[in-house]
Amino acid sequence: DISDVGHKYHLELVLEDVLDKDSTVNCTAEVLYHLANKNIAPDVQFTIEGELKNTDEADNMFYNRIRSLEKELVAENIPDSHGNVSPEMEPIHLLAWVASGYVIWQNSTENTKFQLAQIKHVKQVKRSDEYLEFDYMILLHEMVSQEIIPWQMTVLWHPQHGVQVTQ
Amino acid sequence: LSSLPHQLDFWHHPTSPGHPADLRVPFPSLQAVKIFLESNSISYSIMIEDVQELLDEEKKTMMRSRRTERSTDTFDFASYHTIDEIYDWMDMLVDDHPSLVSKIQIGQSFENRPLYVLKFSTGGSNRPAIWLDTGIHSREWITQATGIWTANKIAKEYGQDPSITTILDSMDIFFEIITNPDGFAFTHSSNRMWRKTRSINAGSNCVGVDPNRNWDAGFGGAGSSSNPCSETYRGPYAHSESEVKAIVDFISSHGNVKSVISIHSYSQMLLFPYGYKRAPAPDHQELNEVAKKAVNSLAAVYGTKYTYGSIVDTIYMADGTTIDWAYDNGVKYSFTFELRDTGRYGFLLPSNQIIP
Repeated sequence: DISDVGHKYHLELVLEDVLDKDSTVNCTAEVLYHLANKNIAPDVQFTIEGELKNTDEADNMFYNRIRSLEKELVAENIPDSHGNVSPEMEPIHLLAWVASGYVIWQNSTENTKFQLAQIKHVKQVKRSDEYLEFDYMILLHEMVSQEIIPWQMTVLWHPQHGVQVTQ
Repeated sequence: LSSLPHQLDFWHHPTSPGHPADLRVPFPSLQAVKIFLESNSISYSIMIEDVQELLDEEKKTMMRSRRTERSTDTFDFASYHTIDEIYDWMDMLVDDHPSLVSKIQIGQSFENRPLYVLKFSTGGSNRPAIWLDTGIHSREWITQATGIWTANKIAKEYGQDPSITTILDSMDIFFEIITNPDGFAFTHSSNRMWRKTRSINAGSNCVGVDPNRNWDAGFGGAGSSSNPCSETYRGPYAHSESEVKAIVDFISSHGNVKSVISIHSYSQMLLFPYGYKRAPAPDHQELNEVAKKAVNSLAAVYGTKYTYGSIVDTIYMADGTTIDWAYDNGVKYSFTFELRDTGRYGFLLPSNQIIP
């Protein structure tokens, strides 16, 4: 508790690769929730002890596949009602998950706990540069209120330049 | 021939000379008919020696195929089902285990769907009982699916599994698998993320009450909402929802329920009272011990980790919950499970993960 500033949390956590449960990496972080202005995102500082797995091969495969599509990608309900995600849509799902992480961070307070519940709709947007652009309509589940919150996010991605989210 | 008092059953009536007639002859008339035909020079041949034999064989085949499509052994527990499929399956379960399982109706939902409870009993009269419910929050599909699988396991394992057998030899189990049928139907037809009941709220466009905020235990506090549009709307008054009232009435009039286990998802937690106040329940120590043992046993099977504790300590403040009501009304062993997962798929748990 930092008086007049906010609440600071010191965390020790283990990052686990969603695609490979045995691949883990330790991490320490400090999170500061601001007292004054609740509308700004909490400050986050972190240190990763070790290296994250190299994903160049999978990234490039996905990138090339999307770039070579004749028509812009469009999809709905990922996962579907039964929890299924088709193999072709798995990277779209993972991208949404990463991007929603940013949205969640920007909107978190000490009294919220958000998860990505579902991608309702995703539409690829044609670009003249090398980035891939996707327009997502997602549903976020907020645990404390139990509300399902629709959210629109535009996501840019490039294998070498990473993810960018514009809300 | 038809004028003879022999109860002959013509399958192909005589039409005109030169055209054959087919008839079935009852056994006692066999000799008489043969003599009649022969003495009148009417040629005949036997098409079917024994009709009854054929009928018996057909009946057996029919029953066999009926059993194949209606057997609980072939029901696909590894996929999600509709309300009709589940209600049909319940009847199959009762058919397959008639001396152990029966189906009771405890009331009706807002939209007049039946509220069914499976009763598992080996006899006795008003034995001490365990109450289980799944699907009170309709979007939590892993719960109804787990309910079916568990009910089936209980029925099959009685007489084999020592724990199930010991329990059922002295206690009854009451299992409500689709506790919120209107909500469940709605998740199939319209909105997969629907949580509440489908009751109409006076003066509001928003539908539904959170059935796990509608119980008369700390009703109306900070752990529920007064806004009909909210996912945690408590309802106009405690037990306003017919789905909740039915259980209240059932448990109250039963009078001998020793445990209530209400099943939700997701988060992987095992919770006990209270949710409506921070003060620990009088039996906190014991409930905590039981939860700890249960969670350890669970982890021992496949390594699945659950956290445990009182609702208010472990998840959030929540008032008007099922288990707080049960606890405050004499049911000491009141627990809530939050099943898998911890958020990766959340409510949309893949069907291939239903069976652990």
